[in-house]
Amino acid sequence: MTKVLALIDGSQYAQSVCDHVAWIGSRTDISVNLLHVIGRRDLSTEPVNLSGNIGLGARTALLEELSELDAQKAKVAHKRGRLLLDGAKDLLSAAGVAQIETKLRNGDLVDTVLDFEKQTDLIVIGKRGEGADFAKGHLGSNLERVVRSTRKAIVIASRAFKPIQKVLIAFDGGSTALKAIDQVARNPILRGLACKLVMAATDTAENRRKIEDASIILKAAGFPVETEVVQGEPEKVISDMVERDKFDLLVMGAYSHSRLRSLFLGSTTTEMIRSCKVPVAIIR
Amino acid sequence: MNRDFLGTLKSEWFGNVKGDVLAGLVVALALIPEAIAFSIIAGVDPKIGLYASFSIAVLIAFVGGRPGMISAATAATAVLMVTLVRDHGLQYLLAATVLAGLIQIVAGVLKLGYVMRFVSRSVMTGFVNALAILIFMAQLPELINVPALTYLMVAAGLAIIYLFPYLTKSIPSPLVCIVVLTAISIFFGFDIRTVGDMGELPSTLPVFLIPNIPLNIDTLMIILPYSAAVAAVGLLESLMTAQIVDDLTDTPSDKNRECVGQGIANTATGFIGGMAGCAMIGQSIINVKSGGRGRLSTFCAGIFLLFMILVLGGLVSRIPMAALVAIMIMVSIGTFSWSSIKNLKDHPRSSSIVMIATVIGVVYTHNLAIGVLIGVLLSAIFFAWKIAQIFRITSVLSSDGNHRTYKVEGQVFFASVADFNNAFDFKEALDKVTIDVSQAHIWDISSVAALDMIVLKFRREGAEVEILGLNQASETIVDRLAIHDKPGAMERLMGH
Repeated sequence: MTKVLALIDGSQYAQSVCDHVAWIGSRTDISVNLLHVIGRRDLSTEPVNLSGNIGLGARTALLEELSELDAQKAKVAHKRGRLLLDGAKDLLSAAGVAQIETKLRNGDLVDTVLDFEKQTDLIVIGKRGEGADFAKGHLGSNLERVVRSTRKAIVIASRAFKPIQKVLIAFDGGSTALKAIDQVARNPILRGLACKLVMAATDTAENRRKIEDASIILKAAGFPVETEVVQGEPEKVISDMVERDKFDLLVMGAYSHSRLRSLFLGSTTTEMIRSCKVPVAIIR
Repeated sequence: MNRDFLGTLKSEWFGNVKGDVLAGLVVALALIPEAIAFSIIAGVDPKIGLYASFSIAVLIAFVGGRPGMISAATAATAVLMVTLVRDHGLQYLLAATVLAGLIQIVAGVLKLGYVMRFVSRSVMTGFVNALAILIFMAQLPELINVPALTYLMVAAGLAIIYLFPYLTKSIPSPLVCIVVLTAISIFFGFDIRTVGDMGELPSTLPVFLIPNIPLNIDTLMIILPYSAAVAAVGLLESLMTAQIVDDLTDTPSDKNRECVGQGIANTATGFIGGMAGCAMIGQSIINVKSGGRGRLSTFCAGIFLLFMILVLGGLVSRIPMAALVAIMIMVSIGTFSWSSIKNLKDHPRSSSIVMIATVIGVVYTHNLAIGVLIGVLLSAIFFAWKIAQIFRITSVLSSDGNHRTYKVEGQVFFASVADFNNAFDFKEALDKVTIDVSQAHIWDISSVAALDMIVLKFRREGAEVEILGLNQASETIVDRLAIHDKPGAMERLMGH
């Protein structure tokens, strides 16, 4: 039984997240926690009073006024959250997922996800949320924080779901990547799908050997596997290949750079999530 | 955590830009009168308070622990330094400011913010009310022995402040008050006191300077008492204000960071020729009300303050004091907790006494720290007195009339010792006495001594004494109850 945590919000990605969860449910046995997190309330929408005067009982009056505003907003947010979750639950039930629970929580998204981590094997999240501006190619700010902080496998849903037939697995020859391959081989979700291992590196005998070793693991698990070593920047090479050969899913290992370095340079993983137009699975 | 740290930084600074900038502007207007008024109280030029307000507000925006809270030169700290300035002069004030800042940094590093838990609700209310009264009293010199015209001006100012918002809430009414009253007084050529009469206003940006004092132990002895009081009062008001802003905005703050931040701001302010300050309850409420939430609001308040003073300096000196008095009366009214007067009837007598004692202590000594100390002590005494009542001794006599068993229940400590002693009848001639303390908590040495005395007295009357359950009862006597070590220990303590 794979325990899936699906993150739902009001953006159009919610639909796609449900579709991805449903697809996973069609591949293996799952129980789903549908989670909607009501974030810190918006600061700037309060009516502004610039009169600058305070009279008797100013503190109490102001406290009442502000709490009243917050209470109203919170009620609306709760109602909306319940509706979103119920909608998502209906979608999943219709797709045949039996074990669904809905959770509505207040607070910070990342903290909440970490709270749920213990009872989760796999997280499904949209590439962007309702808060993100919709300039193309941008990632949601929450997405990046979730990807960074969680220790669970995560599937990042693209805007619309397409049935997954062909899988591209990014491989860098490191031990983390090898572990990720092992995970894929043992997991029933991707079993039997046509997959391709790609390594963005110089085409040397050693790299060839590494990628062949990895492919043996997958072949043994019954995957039809191709391999290729391509010269170039990983972000570029891999996203080009996804587009050209019409892959439906990109699988890769987790962040490997140091946090400090990625703070300034942006990590390969983030860049890959950004540039590929397909769902991305990050294995840990 | 790098990204998260940057994310927090970004949201604390730029999460609410429009609201923060506007609120900062409104708050700056409410800072000017307080900075000027309390420079005068402390006996220094308005320049000192204005520099301090600018510097503290701008620095605390970066290093404070409570975004959206306004700190500057305040009433609470200014009233403490009156005698220092009078007896020793400005340079000692600056040195005391630096030292107060250093003490606050140490307090923050030692995490003394937790001590705030001993300041009860009633003491806080008393503090706030006392502060409001201090602010109001500070206006009295401007209201006594002045021409009748001044009263008219102040009344007009208050009318503008409170009535103008009914017209529009998009222009700060204190600004309207200042502009209108200044225009009228210049136009009619009224002969009333203006800001310019009160001393030198800043004409340049503040510069770094080292207080010109002899660096020796005598100096330290002079400034230390003042610095300690300023540090204590500053932290009290800041932590209290932080709590108020926490409640208003429903967001958390880092109290210990606020202590350290306050210290850094004060230390630096001493070196640019400003006096010590702390958070301001009234101005912080104005900030929140005006839509200020982030660090940017505090920063803007400081920057606008300096801008107004430097650029509009000539005009500022012509503002009639009556306009500033009106604004300060408004701040005082807004700071005062009106509901505390209403609550006097309904709240328990003891909490009302604590509140009133705090107010009287402050108003009498002009030192908020002393008032709070009185309040905290009184709360502790009242609390002990209440707890001492959770205590009962019952006894049964055996059928043969020779053996009495006393059963002690409840809390036994210094305040209950008298009751404890009175509950035993030493006149009764007994062969054997059993004192069962297994249902009691023995909290301190006083109660142990009392128990010893009782055993001794019974022996002298010829009775054999046996004490039951002493080990259990005295588990509470150790200073630190090691409840978490042993499973079920808490239940045992509670279950007595």
